[in-house]
Amino acid sequence: MAVLSTDRLIFSLSDNLEIEACTYKYSPESRLKHMGKHKPGINICLRSSDNQWSVVLKIIKHYQEEGQGSEVVQGVLLGLVVEDRLEITNCFPFPQHTEDDVDFDEVQYQMEMMRSLRHVNIDHLHVGWYQSTYYGSFVSRALLDSQFSYQHAIEESVVLIYDPIKTAQGSLCLKAYRLTPKLMEICKEKDFSPEGLKKACIGYEHMFEEVPIVIKNSHLINVLLLDLQEKSTVADKHELLNLSSSNHLEKSLQLLMDRMDDMSQDIGKYNTYCRNLSKQQQQKQQYLQRRQQENAQRQSRGEPPLPEEDISKMFKPPQAPARMDTLLIAGQINNYCQNIKEFTSQNLGKLFMAEALQGHNS
Amino acid sequence: FRIPQNNELSPPAGHVNFLLIREIHVANVASTGFCQPPTSAGGQQHESHGDLRSLSSSLFIIILHFLYEIMAVHGPVVKIHPVVLASIVDSYERRNEGATRVIGTLLGTTDKHSVEVTNCFSVPHNESEDEVAVDMEFAKNMYELHKKVSPSEVIIGWYATGYDITEHSVLIHEYYSREAPNPIHLTVDTALQSNKMNIRAYVSSQMGVPGKTVGVMFTPLTVKYVYYDTERIGVELLQRTRASPSRTNGLTTDLAQVASAAGRVQEMLTTVLSYIEDILSGKVMADNSVGRFLMDLVNKVPKITAEDFESMLNSNINDLLMVTYLANLTQAQIALNEKLVVL
Repeated sequence: MAVLSTDRLIFSLSDNLEIEACTYKYSPESRLKHMGKHKPGINICLRSSDNQWSVVLKIIKHYQEEGQGSEVVQGVLLGLVVEDRLEITNCFPFPQHTEDDVDFDEVQYQMEMMRSLRHVNIDHLHVGWYQSTYYGSFVSRALLDSQFSYQHAIEESVVLIYDPIKTAQGSLCLKAYRLTPKLMEICKEKDFSPEGLKKACIGYEHMFEEVPIVIKNSHLINVLLLDLQEKSTVADKHELLNLSSSNHLEKSLQLLMDRMDDMSQDIGKYNTYCRNLSKQQQQKQQYLQRRQQENAQRQSRGEPPLPEEDISKMFKPPQAPARMDTLLIAGQINNYCQNIKEFTSQNLGKLFMAEALQGHNS
Repeated sequence: FRIPQNNELSPPAGHVNFLLIREIHVANVASTGFCQPPTSAGGQQHESHGDLRSLSSSLFIIILHFLYEIMAVHGPVVKIHPVVLASIVDSYERRNEGATRVIGTLLGTTDKHSVEVTNCFSVPHNESEDEVAVDMEFAKNMYELHKKVSPSEVIIGWYATGYDITEHSVLIHEYYSREAPNPIHLTVDTALQSNKMNIRAYVSSQMGVPGKTVGVMFTPLTVKYVYYDTERIGVELLQRTRASPSRTNGLTTDLAQVASAAGRVQEMLTTVLSYIEDILSGKVMADNSVGRFLMDLVNKVPKITAEDFESMLNSNINDLLMVTYLANLTQAQIALNEKLVVL
């Protein structure tokens, strides 16, 4: 069965969306007001997002220093929307939630930071947030909720996912995601029952859309890069060509198996629900039939028919399990599989290269 | 003037002392030209000291640049992370109109022999001919905010864009000495005065005649670039941005990355090969240490018998293929499950 990749979805979606260029006032409050005046149905199509080098480095540094272990580090992205591009020009990290900081006010921290950054002419408009991930496991309820609240307030916001382990293996792994409009609607209505999801006909592939990232540098930065390259005494390490893959594969597969367990539990729950529902329907039918029979008998005997009892009160329908979690798990499994496939294809290439090298030798 | 003894001064090393003594000597010579004898009126004395000050400061700067070329410096080594430089350049590009340079605080950690600069933020300031105003409240606030995220970072100095160290720098440096013990001053030459972006670090030390005009001298320090592993990979990616004309770069995906990494190794191998050819044909003198490295390189390819290697390769390939198959199967399974639920 063919599975659509998220990249191709962007093109199919952009056919349906209209592109509108907006000008934004400078302060976040007036910007939000301006957003409110949007006519419903007009969306802004994101083609790509421009990063600045310092943002990339800051994210890397933040994870390196504060995020050792399996905790996620998070932060806020600042930038501007220019025509059909989202430009991310700066970012600042969020402190970790420690046990003794119960009264730590996140909102206040954000406002202070943004106010200070405004003084030094840094774009202080929120355009999204970033998060680090562990082996690609970021599709969770928390992420969905945060991204939804961000996207609800600011339509073009994205979440940047930074994978430090994959980056350490040789190539920068930074991806930008947004929620699809369909998912946005569902989250708005908070209707997570099976009927609601069926109506919206949303699948796990339609949850997130990936936005391509382009990194742009100014000329001054290029000069800096030149200088760095000359003076840098660190030797080039080619981690990308490393042949040892079993460790990474093991961990990924372990996580995949955990998710599959979750999924099978979920499917089990849904099955029991379906069975209960059908059993209940049967019972209802039986009851109605018996009623009718009795009524017919009574009528034949000339007695008044029994009153129609409220069936719905007698047979309460079982609670339909929320389908959102299933969707999330399916999305997560999909993500793991994609990562694993990428990894194995890279490794196959490396193995063939090693064979060529040996071939020369022998 | 009295030439101060060596033990009265605090600078760390011999050649710096030499510099000092030279300075004093030069200042002495200059002073005999400008200075009135000390018994004259107070106003004249102040004037002469002012002239002397400006003359000596310009002399300091010339000698400083000269010293930097010699680069034999002692004192703590300054290790800079590229993220700091990127932020500095970024804040320089965003400066207010009319401001010629930007200043800001450097954050990091100190060690006995080195200072590691890991973060920075810019501080708004106004500079004019005769005065300089720095928003200290802002600096304090920002530092507090940054401390919440990374409590191990402390203020270790300040940076300024631009080539020279002006008198204003001295004042700002004084302010920072109140915040941190022995602050580092970093200059990033964004005006590219010598066709390169010169990044230099200085530490200040007292000099001058004790009791009379005391000046401040900035001694240069060695600057090194330090990277985390992941940072280096990020920087490597960005080096490639330099090559493209529109200065943009997308992030490549799987096999393309392996191909480009292999391409890079191939480039290096061709360089090595051409070097060897040159040596063989006698164009270049053979260097023994390089030869030893080459021997290491060739010996690094492990010698495995053909059958062993064949079996290892096959088992690895089988593993990977199996995992790929499983992944595909899983994806098909969840897609199927989805369709069934919707029915």
